[in-house]
Amino acid sequence: MDHAEPVPELPVSHPTPPPRSAPGPLDGLQVIELAHPFGAFAGRLLADAGADVIVVEPPEGAEMRAHGPFAENRPGRERSLAWWAENTSKRSVIADLDSDDGRRFVSDLVTGADVFLECEEPGRLASIGLDYPQLSAANPGLVHVAITPFGRDGVGGSYDVTDLTILARGGPMWSCGYDDHELPPVRGRGNQGVRIAAHFAVMSVLTALLARSRHGGQFIDVNMNAAANVTTEFASYGWLAAQQTVQRQTGRHATPNPSEPTQVRCADGRFLNTGVPPRTGREFEALLGWIRELGLEDDFSMSPLLEMGVDYDVITMAMLQDDPMASEVFQAGRDAMAYIAANVSAQEAFLGFQARGIAAGVVWSPDETMTDPQFVERGFPTEVYHDQLGRAVVYPGPPIRFTASPMSIRWPAPKHGEHTDEVRSELMP
Amino acid sequence: MSSPGSDPIPVPPSTGAPDPTTAPPGAAPGALSHIRVCDFTGQLAGAGATRWLGAFGAEIIRIEDPIRKGRWDILRGSPPFKDERRGIEMGSGFNNHNIEKLGITINLRTDRGKELLRELVTVSDVVAENFAAGVMERMGFGYESLRSLREDIVYVSNCGFGHTGPYREFKSWGPIAQAVSGLTHSSGLAGHPPAGWGYSYMDHTGGYYMAIAMLMALWHREQTGEGQWVDMSCTEAGANLHGADLLDWSVNGRALRAEDRPDSNRATSPEMAPHGVYRCKGEDNWVTIACRDDADWKALKSVVEIDAFDAERYDDLPGRLAGVVELDEHLSAWTASRIRFEIEAALQEVGVPAASVLRPAERIDGDIATASWGLWPMVHHLAMGGVRVDGEPVRFSTTDWSITRAAPTLGQHNRHVFGTVLGLSDADIDELIDQGVI
Repeated sequence: MDHAEPVPELPVSHPTPPPRSAPGPLDGLQVIELAHPFGAFAGRLLADAGADVIVVEPPEGAEMRAHGPFAENRPGRERSLAWWAENTSKRSVIADLDSDDGRRFVSDLVTGADVFLECEEPGRLASIGLDYPQLSAANPGLVHVAITPFGRDGVGGSYDVTDLTILARGGPMWSCGYDDHELPPVRGRGNQGVRIAAHFAVMSVLTALLARSRHGGQFIDVNMNAAANVTTEFASYGWLAAQQTVQRQTGRHATPNPSEPTQVRCADGRFLNTGVPPRTGREFEALLGWIRELGLEDDFSMSPLLEMGVDYDVITMAMLQDDPMASEVFQAGRDAMAYIAANVSAQEAFLGFQARGIAAGVVWSPDETMTDPQFVERGFPTEVYHDQLGRAVVYPGPPIRFTASPMSIRWPAPKHGEHTDEVRSELMP
Repeated sequence: MSSPGSDPIPVPPSTGAPDPTTAPPGAAPGALSHIRVCDFTGQLAGAGATRWLGAFGAEIIRIEDPIRKGRWDILRGSPPFKDERRGIEMGSGFNNHNIEKLGITINLRTDRGKELLRELVTVSDVVAENFAAGVMERMGFGYESLRSLREDIVYVSNCGFGHTGPYREFKSWGPIAQAVSGLTHSSGLAGHPPAGWGYSYMDHTGGYYMAIAMLMALWHREQTGEGQWVDMSCTEAGANLHGADLLDWSVNGRALRAEDRPDSNRATSPEMAPHGVYRCKGEDNWVTIACRDDADWKALKSVVEIDAFDAERYDDLPGRLAGVVELDEHLSAWTASRIRFEIEAALQEVGVPAASVLRPAERIDGDIATASWGLWPMVHHLAMGGVRVDGEPVRFSTTDWSITRAAPTLGQHNRHVFGTVLGLSDADIDELIDQGVI
């Protein structure tokens, strides 16, 4: 394993939990979550939005606590970074669902809750008397959401899955990879198949809550395979409407017919996404101006074509088909972006193009976002104090910026059963 | 060469639960039928958000510009086209993203047009838009103006970088948001450039977060009576999706920018080996296999019967991780001459997660798992005729989604909305048309 970057020095700013400026949008809502790798992120989004999310763990600890990587590379139930990442702002209780006491505890919790979130195998909860019919009898307003690979009632419930197989069967992988089809399709990193389903689970919970005063509680069946299937953009509607099959390409949209590259390597080795190429005279003028500033006008053989581009108002799709010179000018614009990018750093290229009104994006690695000026100025990187480390570490901040009821990481992921006594005492009449 | 779809896709056994396709479609009352959205969204990052609310019965009033014929949303006239028919009403992406919405036109360059919009805001719960930062302000409809019309309005804006900060005026679309948020880099094989996402993953996902923003803000309003402005940045939503990878950097100093990373077909959280994408018989056919633990490994060995796999050093995960390159070579050699669906079925039979990489045709028209869910509902578009679209991957027991209406043609619902929502007479509406206001 490499350690290319030194551990960043971060000030210890606040004890846990951090102070909250104002209650989040889900303040006052109670959610009971049965710990499962497929449901943790959905629970986290609700918890960071202010809901009181109580995650129920088995006596041996949630499965995710065994998922690496681990803090300081030392495995341990309280050191799983996967657990830390997906369980902020929650409380943890221990309950053994194989015991009467554990089942009663969970049943009591759900009876007083607004939302029950679980990812159990179909049939499992019914067999222990904790499924929707029993739970809703005691709590008619309950919103019960189940996240399963093929849906509770769907075909395929007994198939074994992981994030990888969900993204393969569900479609996203067909569109991702390289121009060279000797290389395999690629799974985007970060357990995105789990996250796609989590987003639908959260949208569903909120939709059901907004219907509750008129329609009461209900059961919601979230199908992970279906969620991936409807998160493929052109691949699906291109087939549905026009029976077109997209083919994967390096760093850009999969398309029915090959398209020009949009990912260029910059002088510092990082990549830049060049977006939609320039079409207007103003953009060609800006490109030419920058090439001159860099002293590259004589080295870039297509400079004269850029000069011609300045005279165009806009190069339209129709002109590209009918006017050979417009096509050459258009191609020169593309090449100019790649040429400039190859001569400056990716960050300089990104800022330079955007300052000139030309869309482009630097290809940051995930951690590089945390020191990018835009993310920093908006206060996105968030320090969270961990007593396991005796210091605060940086987390990505909330994904949505509410101005009146902010989402926030209120405290780090709970320790195993950290709140069992507290929550049991709250249940006392 | 085996043509796509020539091999039967294995049918996963049913759980024995009732068949959801027998449920009457559209019979359920709308979960959100009490909500009205004044919708300026476009593309997928915005239109995808209000789409969800529309599928659950919210009244989504999509406002378009009659002068530029709604072209702010480039998808209106963009391919793919059904039957090769082109034009402003023929974009199938636009149709897919705008089902269950009403479409009206207002010329906001006119005073009367602005007045109509003000009246509409007054009777709306939500105003949604994904213009570049500052556009709504310049039109005279920034948050403060909206709030002066309706105190508890929920105003959700969604743009590439948010409305504050040094990049607030930067241009963005899906691939740029993916690049800047780290998602392009984190998809790729070791020793190769980023593969990224072969579609606008962050347009989909930005839309999901925008829908979550509207729904959370509506819940907050229901509890407190308070409206608000939500300033969503698509790149922030993207940077929130890295999970343990980001903490591995901030806690352990391990960055994803390194020679042997991200290598995203392998599994690091949790660690698994073997875990990858393997070439099969036929052209561009692949199967994914994930060995979660020692039990999966034993089961995998029993199916593939590769002698080298019997070596004791592979009996535990650290041994398999250390030898993963060799394991993948053996496994690739084994899969290369076999049919992917047969591999998948044989491995699933012994409980090992395996799935073929499905082509669009295979998962849409050949997979009972999506067909039986009713995942591809048919809508009837005024110009395109019958077209299937994305359904929703959820089922509600009481107030389920319903997708039967296609995207609106330009101004399709002008009479309905200006008549029933704003109470104008037919004569009033005729006059608005004559004056070029709508």
